[in-house]
Amino acid sequence: MTNSSYTAFKTMVHRDFTLAMRNRSEWTNPLFFFFLACSLFPLGIGPEPNTLERIAPGIIWVTALLAAMLSLESIFRSDFEDGSLEQLVLSPYPFTVLVYAKILVHWLVTGIPLMLLSPLLGLILHMPADGIGLLMLSLLIGTPVLSLIGSIGVALTVGLKRGGMLLSLLILPLYIPILIFGAGAVDVGLGGLDASGHFLLMGAILILAFTLSPLATAAALRVSI
Amino acid sequence: MWKTILKLTSFRNFYQFSGKLLPWFTAITFILFAIGLYWSLVIAPIDYQQKDSYRILYIHVPAAWMSLFVYIVMATSGAIHLIWKTKLSVVIANSCAPIGAAFTFLALVTGAIWGHPTWGTWWVWDARLTSELVLLFLYIGYMSLYSAIEDRASAARAAAILAIVGVVNIPIIHYSVDWWFTLHQSASISVSKGSSMHPSMYWPLLVMATAFKFYFVMVLMQRARNEILERDQNANWVQELEKEL
Repeated sequence: MTNSSYTAFKTMVHRDFTLAMRNRSEWTNPLFFFFLACSLFPLGIGPEPNTLERIAPGIIWVTALLAAMLSLESIFRSDFEDGSLEQLVLSPYPFTVLVYAKILVHWLVTGIPLMLLSPLLGLILHMPADGIGLLMLSLLIGTPVLSLIGSIGVALTVGLKRGGMLLSLLILPLYIPILIFGAGAVDVGLGGLDASGHFLLMGAILILAFTLSPLATAAALRVSI
Repeated sequence: MWKTILKLTSFRNFYQFSGKLLPWFTAITFILFAIGLYWSLVIAPIDYQQKDSYRILYIHVPAAWMSLFVYIVMATSGAIHLIWKTKLSVVIANSCAPIGAAFTFLALVTGAIWGHPTWGTWWVWDARLTSELVLLFLYIGYMSLYSAIEDRASAARAAAILAIVGVVNIPIIHYSVDWWFTLHQSASISVSKGSSMHPSMYWPLLVMATAFKFYFVMVLMQRARNEILERDQNANWVQELEKEL
């Protein structure tokens, strides 16, 4: 990365992060959704602690995934609507670098808070204490993948008036591998087995998504504009 | 060189060229299906464990192979369109999507019908089955994304990007039975190791697989010709065709 691209990256991160912080509902709403959706399960399934303990990793992972997906629109939507996305495409800096910055900010304002909130949810779903650490680690590796892959879907649908439903149709199938390994890692760890295999595979998925998906996102954004 | 390729892939040329090939492909498809179905359903010996229910593999396996093959054709055409902006590749990719979805659906349904007596369940969340289901969603996603974007040119490019992203699922499906030891059995046939099936069961399967390939090309050409006529409806050569009718 040349020096000027790095400056552009930093400026972009700073701008998007400030915007997200000023618009507080952007990052608090996914958290409320996460909490609410998780607390629906004990009400629907019944408050039996053994059942809840058994399915807690899956519930937390699925709802975190949905919360991340519902917040995806914020990556590009407002910039698309006020035209600044066009200016970013036209800017002399590599567009992929700017896309990386936007994805990073999305992860910082949704992925990290989701991860930090997850112990509380693990607690109310009767997850054993040694599972909490595994859950946080799996979300730490998994949530950037959610932002990275999700950005492709948003980029493809940002030009559409009602892209929300289509976005989930495009993105959810691609989320399946990380969900399997993320929830699986916690499950395996709680069963007393070594979960490192799952974590290594998640790391591999993260590296793959990190290297390739911003390129696809940038290409898709150029189409959508 | 470039000019000849571009000329050959023009809508008009493809329409005329495929019009000449289509009867041949149709005839070969029907002959192969007649031979393959008779061979696999009547001549091939009964399996000593599964009795006659194993015969569904003669539909299931070719359909599953084709579901992957069609996706690769679709993604490759999409990539060709993104790189060289050829019009024909969009038509091919679009025509692939519903055919591939149908093959995937067929593979899932025949698998379920076979699984019920053999495994005792219609469905398991096994790696092969799950990834094949994801493939069906990818096809559906491609079609809905294409139809959701009004502008045809950007719809084609957006859908092509999605198809290329979805390619990551193809090796997962293919190797799922080797990577995870779950319920679905491993491959019995491979290019490098040959077949572990008995020849009397293996040959009819090959005939059926070839029949499926020809069927795919036949339907692909028909769909592509329809879409070409629709896209080029105001062109002179289509108007002339209409007058001849």
